[in-house]
Amino acid sequence: MNPARKRTIRLVVALTAAVTLASALIYTSFSAASPAISPSQLIHDAVPGRSYQLTGTVVTGSIRHYGEVLEFQVKDRAGEDAVPVRYTGEVPDPFHEGREVIVTVSKQGSQYIGERNSLITKCPSKYKSAPPAATRKY
Amino acid sequence: MSMPAAALMILLLGIVLWIVTTPLHAMPHLRRRRAGQRADLEAQREAKYQEIRDTELDFQTGKLSVQDHEAVDGALRREALAILDRISALEQAEKAEGAEPAAS
Amino acid sequence: MPSLGTGALLLGIVVCLYGIGASIYGVRTDQDRWIESGRRSVYALAVTMICAFAVLEVALLSNDWAFNTVADTSSVTTPLLYKVAAVWASQEGSLLLWALLSALWSSLALFLVKGRMREIAAYATAVLLAFDAFFIFLMLGYANPFNTTHPAPVEGAGLDPLLRFPTMMIHPPMIYSGYTLCIVPFAFGVGALITRKVDAEWLKVMRRFALAAWIFLGIGIVLGARWSYSELGWGGYWGWDAVENAALLPWLAATAFIHSLMIQEKRGMLKVWNASLVFAMGTLAIMGTFLVRSGILDSIHAFGGATLGVPFVILIGAMIAGSIYLVVSRRDVLRSEHQLDSLLSRESAFLLNNLVLAGLAFVIFWGTFFPIISEALTGREASVGSPWFDRYTVPLALVLVLLSGIGPVIAWRRATFANALRNLRAPILVALAVCVAVLGAGVSGKPLAVVMFAFAGFALAAVAQEYWRGTRVRARSTGQRPPRALLGLMRRNRRRYGGYIVHIGIAALFIGVAASSSFQHSVEPRLKVGQKIKIDGYTMRYVRPTASVTPKYDAAHTGATLSLGAVIRVTKGGKYVTTLLPAEGFYDSGEPSQGSVGHLIGGQAVSHVALNSTPFRDLWAAVAPEITAPQLERILKAGNKAIPVNRPEEAMIVLALMGREYLKNTPVAEFHFEVSPMVMWIWIGALIILCGGLIAIFPSPRVLARRVSVSVRKPAPVRGRERDQVPA
Repeated sequence: MNPARKRTIRLVVALTAAVTLASALIYTSFSAASPAISPSQLIHDAVPGRSYQLTGTVVTGSIRHYGEVLEFQVKDRAGEDAVPVRYTGEVPDPFHEGREVIVTVSKQGSQYIGERNSLITKCPSKYKSAPPAATRKY
Repeated sequence: MSMPAAALMILLLGIVLWIVTTPLHAMPHLRRRRAGQRADLEAQREAKYQEIRDTELDFQTGKLSVQDHEAVDGALRREALAILDRISALEQAEKAEGAEPAAS
Repeated sequence: MPSLGTGALLLGIVVCLYGIGASIYGVRTDQDRWIESGRRSVYALAVTMICAFAVLEVALLSNDWAFNTVADTSSVTTPLLYKVAAVWASQEGSLLLWALLSALWSSLALFLVKGRMREIAAYATAVLLAFDAFFIFLMLGYANPFNTTHPAPVEGAGLDPLLRFPTMMIHPPMIYSGYTLCIVPFAFGVGALITRKVDAEWLKVMRRFALAAWIFLGIGIVLGARWSYSELGWGGYWGWDAVENAALLPWLAATAFIHSLMIQEKRGMLKVWNASLVFAMGTLAIMGTFLVRSGILDSIHAFGGATLGVPFVILIGAMIAGSIYLVVSRRDVLRSEHQLDSLLSRESAFLLNNLVLAGLAFVIFWGTFFPIISEALTGREASVGSPWFDRYTVPLALVLVLLSGIGPVIAWRRATFANALRNLRAPILVALAVCVAVLGAGVSGKPLAVVMFAFAGFALAAVAQEYWRGTRVRARSTGQRPPRALLGLMRRNRRRYGGYIVHIGIAALFIGVAASSSFQHSVEPRLKVGQKIKIDGYTMRYVRPTASVTPKYDAAHTGATLSLGAVIRVTKGGKYVTTLLPAEGFYDSGEPSQGSVGHLIGGQAVSHVALNSTPFRDLWAAVAPEITAPQLERILKAGNKAIPVNRPEEAMIVLALMGREYLKNTPVAEFHFEVSPMVMWIWIGALIILCGGLIAIFPSPRVLARRVSVSVRKPAPVRGRERDQVPA
């Protein structure tokens, strides 16, 4: 077999393998992904028993600890719709009212139960657009 | 702006202007072009020498058969000689133009 | 002084614009003095950025609260070292750090190539200055570090307690150094393609710059992993967080480039691939910076509604478009000079290594940006988690470790199958032995981990064999004793043997990753004082609580107003192992609405994780004390009621009472214990990688060309030379 033909075959094999792997990757990403959802979307669209990745802001004054259970409310980033979440598991250090959180929840009755250890809190905005004037002492 | 800040700003401006404008006096450039070509050929030469040494080390550590080593080493030495020829030609050209060859 | 800082920025951007113009004018009109002036503009820029940075540092150290960034990130009680680091705790300050490091590294790079690659360097100068101008423009237009407020506050908000960790001092400067160093090869790549000079000297210079970027980015990534490992809720040492991934992507591109560059050096191949990698490195570095600041992706790292997204998108778009244009329009210069001689060659191994690294980068890129991709394609934002990443990256990592053992033992250009097999025999035997040993030790249920151990053993054996054979050859030819021969071998072949050390480090690192992720044990018990729990053969006993009040007595020296923790006695088989002291620090929120006592502990709470590390295992403990227990709440409410907000000393006494109550009537506390095998090998591996990289980056001593009698082997005749300066 002449070298040019060998090279063409190698190229075709390599490209086919790459395309196959990429397709598998892309397909599994869509099937394995958790849709991110805001509280207002959750209220309207949530199906009991299905998991959703809820993202929003912790409502000020809503955090309650009951033993190992943490209850809090999550509201839309821009808006007032809020959902109550009942969560057990690790609470990350940055968790605080007013902070943005991501938690995997499923609807059970009127409550949203957080999956254990699924709570992620974004760090307080060090890259915020407005300075925290309220925290400055004059 | 306060006085100290203004003074520091003026000092900063002065330093910046000095750094940036110093080369704007005439500089010879023909020699630099030759130096650039020579530098590239010398880099090629060093790279080729390194390849020859790598091949020798590969052979002595048992990664190359005798035949493969002879073939590869021969090809590399031919390429090295071609580069040395080009460096010689450049040196001749520099001598002919009366420019000093850059120190190797 | 703020005006001096802003003035320095303004002067900086003027210098950038001048330098761009002077460099391009000089190279187009063939006038060295303008090219030189352009190059020196980079030095001048560095001076202005040092000045601006110094203004901000002085403001922080002198507690000048008129500066907004100082008031937002520092306070009187912030420890000195954290005050120094507070510069890069804010958006504005971190942009200034970026601009400073970019100017400094660009100055060094241009100084090192002074007098060489004249035309390439001129265009590279223009590109580097353009990037600096962009960052200064961001500061002047969107996030000025020198904005002030009058009247100035009487006290600052303090550094976010989450950032009060020693790694804060070094992680951001290392990451930013890595990012800014990625721009240097990008700039020289642009210069090379514009001038159509993709030659040997350019390659030599590019290798060093890429290696420098790779080293710094690697250090920054490992420091970030170490920091993340030591914090609660940050996903352990690696959580496939968007910002972690963003730093890994240019590092993977740099790793691929360092390897494929050698193929271009030796065989004149893969020129298009290498040019693409160089451009990818720079673009991915800017994308990484963009991810942290734009808020487009969720991450534990900081973002918010920052407005820097649009300028970054424009810059990234320009970089991608420009890169594609240059590669396509210069494809004649990038044509390969040779083809692959043999599939069984080091070139092939490196090519495969590049494909694996590209595959890894694609997987990580896709997973990281999937929320945006899915929203664009389906209208719903969705994200993939760690299991998805692990599914694809683990097999690729296995292949990578295997290749790190195959590459060193195969020759360049061609190797015979019999030869290759002979050289691989010992490493294969070692791999099998490791497999048998691991399975014999009762390790089961984690086949991928066992395979990783075997492949790592293979790679270590292959490298050890290389060192052994090379030392033996040198000892024989020089008559030196083996230790001296080994040093001489490494000195003369720094690139090769430094690279081998990096491979050792990679193997060690992946041993640590495989062991700690596959065989970790973790429990989250709620314990009363005196209770204990068993985990992986260790008994963790909650001996007693701890409490401390005021920054002065804070054991972690982080400025916590109240710190509650635990003493955990660890035993195994009845024998004492160690004592762990996890704690949680509570910080001042600065919000008077929380009450005179409430605000002192109403801010960010930070877990101070307790770690006990040995080469065999890590013991990791965190505690979440119940600060809202009724007995403590009672004291807090009484204190809020009785003490006015402007009497902090009295409020601190109430905190002390709370601390004492916590010690006397300790509520149940929630703990998180982990026993992770061999985590220390991750850090040891990283250190070895760093050493190998440093050895590889330094130039070998000049080899003296010796006059030897050399005849060019058949078939070509000797060309009129009996003696040559070609070294033996």
